[in-house]
Amino acid sequence: MSTPETAGRELTFAEAIREALAEEMRRDANVVILGEDVAEAGTPFKVLSGLVEEFGTARVIDTPISEAGFTGLAVGAAMTGMRPIVDIMFGDFLTLTMDQMVNQAAKVHYMSGGHLKVPMVLRTTLGATRRSAAQHSQSLHAWLSHIPGLKVVLPSTPYDAKGLLKSAIRDDNPVAFFEDKMMYKLSGPVPAEEYTIPLGVADIKRAGTDVTIVATSSMVQTALGAARLLEEIGVSAEVVDPRTTSPLDRDTIVESVKKTSRAIVVDEGYEQYGVTAEIAAVIAEGAFYYLDAPVRRLGAMDVPIPFSPPLEDVTVPTERTVFDVARTLCGRA
Amino acid sequence: MRIVTPPVRTEPEIDADRGLQMYSQMLQIRAFEEKVNELYTRAIMPGLAHLYIGQEAVAVGICQALRRDDYITSTHRGHGHCLAKGAKPDLMFAELLGKQSGYCAGRGGSMHIADPETGNLGANAIVAGSAGIATGAAFSAKSRGTDQVSVCFFGEGALGQGVLYEVMNLAQLWKLPAIYVCENNLYNEYTHYSETTAGEILARPAAFGMLADRVDGQNVRAVFAAATRFVESARQGKGPGFLLCDTYRYRGHHVGDINRTFYRSKQEEQDWMTQRDPITRLGDWLCRLGFAVPAELEDVRARAYANIEEAIQFALDAPYPDASDVRRHVYA
Repeated sequence: MSTPETAGRELTFAEAIREALAEEMRRDANVVILGEDVAEAGTPFKVLSGLVEEFGTARVIDTPISEAGFTGLAVGAAMTGMRPIVDIMFGDFLTLTMDQMVNQAAKVHYMSGGHLKVPMVLRTTLGATRRSAAQHSQSLHAWLSHIPGLKVVLPSTPYDAKGLLKSAIRDDNPVAFFEDKMMYKLSGPVPAEEYTIPLGVADIKRAGTDVTIVATSSMVQTALGAARLLEEIGVSAEVVDPRTTSPLDRDTIVESVKKTSRAIVVDEGYEQYGVTAEIAAVIAEGAFYYLDAPVRRLGAMDVPIPFSPPLEDVTVPTERTVFDVARTLCGRA
Repeated sequence: MRIVTPPVRTEPEIDADRGLQMYSQMLQIRAFEEKVNELYTRAIMPGLAHLYIGQEAVAVGICQALRRDDYITSTHRGHGHCLAKGAKPDLMFAELLGKQSGYCAGRGGSMHIADPETGNLGANAIVAGSAGIATGAAFSAKSRGTDQVSVCFFGEGALGQGVLYEVMNLAQLWKLPAIYVCENNLYNEYTHYSETTAGEILARPAAFGMLADRVDGQNVRAVFAAATRFVESARQGKGPGFLLCDTYRYRGHHVGDINRTFYRSKQEEQDWMTQRDPITRLGDWLCRLGFAVPAELEDVRARAYANIEEAIQFALDAPYPDASDVRRHVYA
C-alpha cells in the first residue's frame, strides 16, 4: 500500500490535475492545452483556472466547438514536436473524436514502422449521478481501452491524478486520461515534492484477505467505502486499483485474487463488453484454480443514463451494492 | 464528355533545370505506378493499390514549391506525393511488398507510406483522415516558430467529410501555414463528383475567408506557379490556402477496377490521355522553348524506367519481417 509522505499537504482532485499541468508546462515549452473554454473560463469544472494567466493564450488555447478538428490537429502537432493536451469536456463527446484517436493517433507509430510518434494526452471526464442525462454522463473508457496503441488512465485519488498525469504528458504515446467529474472536489494528500507514477502499475489501496475488489476511478472510493462496511461484519476486503486499463497490470490483480480466492470487479462503464468483463476474464485465466466463487461484476447498468434522480441512482454501483455482493460472495448474507 | 476547362492563368517562368527536373519526376511516378500495376496483375504484391497515373503534375508542381523540411500528408492514392517529396522508389516498393526494409517496416503498405526524413507525415486510408494531421503540423510549425508550411493533399471525395471544414476553420482562425490541395479527378470512387458535391467547390474555402484558387492540374507549370504563391503567403504568416486542381486518373479507383464503363466512357478517358497528358504537355513545352530536344527527353524517360527496374529488384530481394516481431512498434 503506497501512502505518500506528505507532511499534511492536501489538494483536491482538480487542484492536483492543475498542478500537474502547470508543472509539466513549466518543464516543457512544447506542452500546450487545446479545448473548449479552457483559457479564461478554465473549463466549466474550473479545473484549469489560472493556467492561462501563467502560460498565456498561445499555450492555453480556446478552440471552437469542434472536437474532431482540434483532436486531429493535436495528432499532427504531436507528430511534429509538440506535446499537446486536448480537453474533451464530457467523455460522451469522445464519439466525435473517434477517427482521430482510433484510426490516426493509435496507429501512426505502428503504421510508420516506428518512425513517427504521437505524444499527446486527451483529458476527459466520466461518471454519472450528476443529473446530466444520457449524453453527459457516460463512462466510455472501455472504447479506447479496446484499441492497441492507446494508453488509458483512470486516477482515483488526487495523489494518483497528479503523478499519473505527469507521466501521461511525458509519455511518447497517445494517452487518454479520464477524470470522474464527481471527484473534482475530493481532497487527499499530495506531496509538494516532484513525483510521477508509472503507467501500467496497479496500486493496492487497501490490503485484505477475504475478497478482492478490483475497482477503477471513483469506484475505488466506492469500493473503499464498501470495505469499511465489510470490516464491520468481519470481512476483510482488499481493494486493487489498476490505475490504467491499458496497459493493464494483470499480475497484481491475479496475485491478489490468488490470495483472497474471491473477486468483484467494479467499474462505471457499461457492463456489457466492458472493463469489468475484461478484468473478470483476466482473473478467470490467471487465478481460476484459486477461486472459491464465481467472479462478480458491477458496472453501469446497460441503459442510457436516465435523467430522473431515482432512475439514475440505480444505474451505478454504490457502496451498498458492492457491500451486498461481497457479503454474499463471502457467505455472510 | 466531362472535361472541365479551367480559367487561363499566366504561366510562370521556369528555367530548363526545373523543367527537366519536373519532367523526370513525373516520369518517375508514372514508371513507378506502371510497375505497381504489373506487380498487382502478376499477383506479386499483396493487397491492392490506387494508382496516381494521370495526376502526376499535381504532386510534382506542389512539391517543387516546397522545401525538404516542409510537411505533406497524403491519401490512399499517395505514391506520387511520396515520390515527389523525395521518397526513394526502392524503399517504397519494399513497403508495397510488405518487406522489413520498406518505409514502414512492412507495417503500413501502399496506403500508409510515411517518410519523416522528407517531411512526409504519411498517406492515409481514411478519406480526409490526414486533414487534422496536416493542420496540426502547420500549428506546430507556427508554435515552434519555424517557417515550415504543411500541405494536405486530398481528393474531391474528401469534400464530403466534416472534419475537413473543422480544421479549415481552425487554420483560418489561427492563420496557420497550411495549404489544402484538392485534387479533383472527377470521381469519388465510382461516382462523378457532381452527384456528391453541392454548390461551387471554391465557395467552401471562400466561406472561411481563405485564399483560394483553381488551376489546370494537368499543367505542371501552372500548379507550380500557384503553389509558389500559396507557399510564400503561408510562410510569411498570412495564413492558409486552398488550391483546387482539375485532374484525372487514367486508371481505375484501384488496380482491380478494370471495367469502368458503368461510370465513365472510354472516350472521356481517351480525351484526357491524348489531349491533356501532363508529361506530354511539359515535354512539348520544353522542346518548343529549346530547353530540350526530343532525344534528351527520351534519355530522361529511359533513365526513369531503368531506375524503377533497379528499385523493384531491391524490393523483391529484400526479406520479409520476422513474424515474431509483429507486436513491435505498437507503442513507442
